[in-house]
Amino acid sequence: MIELYILLIASIGAGIVAVEIKDLLASAISLGIVGFSVAIIFILVQAPDLAIVQIVVEVLTVIIFVAVILKTTHIDTTLENKMEVRDYLTKGVFVIFGIFFLIFSISALKELPEFGKPIMKIASHYLAKGFEEIKAANQVAAVILDFRGYDTLGEATVLFTSVIGVLTILRKIGKKK
Amino acid sequence: MVPYLCCIILFLIGIYAILTKRNLIKIAIGFCLLEYAVNLFFALIGYKKDALAPIYTNVSQSKNFVDPIPQALVLTAIVIGLGTTALLLSVAVRIYEKYKTLDIKEIKRLKE
Repeated sequence: MIELYILLIASIGAGIVAVEIKDLLASAISLGIVGFSVAIIFILVQAPDLAIVQIVVEVLTVIIFVAVILKTTHIDTTLENKMEVRDYLTKGVFVIFGIFFLIFSISALKELPEFGKPIMKIASHYLAKGFEEIKAANQVAAVILDFRGYDTLGEATVLFTSVIGVLTILRKIGKKK
Repeated sequence: MVPYLCCIILFLIGIYAILTKRNLIKIAIGFCLLEYAVNLFFALIGYKKDALAPIYTNVSQSKNFVDPIPQALVLTAIVIGLGTTALLLSVAVRIYEKYKTLDIKEIKRLKE
C-alpha cells in the first residue's frame, strides 16, 4: 500500500500550497490536485463508485472556483499587508486548538479497529441478504437506494435547497438598484 | 493508524484556512479541504485488506467485500459538498460585487 501513503502525503502538500499561495488561480488548481488524489485513493481502497463521483464533482468544483476567481480577483491581497495583533491571536488560537485536536483524535483513533480490518456488523447482514432481497449487483447502490433510501431522499433535499439558494443569491431580476 | 492521522492533518489544514485566512475564497478552499478529509476518513474506515469492491460479478463468486455502508454515506456527502461550495462561492461573488474586495476585514470596515 505504498501508493496510498504517497498519495496521502501529496494531498497534504497540495493542501498546504492551496492554503498558503498568493495567486488564487494556483490555489484552485492545488485544490484540484487534492481532489484528484482523493479520487485515486478511492480507487485504491476498492470504492469505484466514489471515485467516479469524486472525479465529476472535482472537475465541477475547479470550474466553479476558476469562474468565481475570473469574476472577482486572482491576487490574495490579504497576504500583502503586515501582520497585526489579531493575526497572531488567531494563529495562537489555532495552535492551541490543533494540539488539543491532535491529542484527542490520537486517543480516539486507538479505539478504532486497525486499518484494513473493519468490524462490519451491519454490513455483513447487508452483504449476506443484499443480493437475494434487492437483486442489485452493486451493493453500494443497494444501500443508498433501498436499505437507506430515506437518507438519500433527505440529502437530495439538501442539494435541491442549495441549488435554490445559489439561484436566489445570484439572480439579477428584482434586485434593488 | 497512519492513514487516519494523515486525514486528521488534512482536516487541520482546512481548519487553519478557515480560522486564520482573511480572503473569502481561501475560506471556501478550507471548507473543501474539510470535506475531502472527512470523505477520505470514511472511505478508509471501510477498507478491508485483500477484499474486492462490493459488486457481484460473474467472474468472481467470492463474498469477501469491503464495507459498503461508509461508501454509500460518502457517495451522497460528496455531491452535497459541491452544493455547499457553490453556495459559499455565490455569496463571495455577491460580496465582491457590493464591496469590491474579498478581504473580510475591509468588508467589516466598509459597514461602519
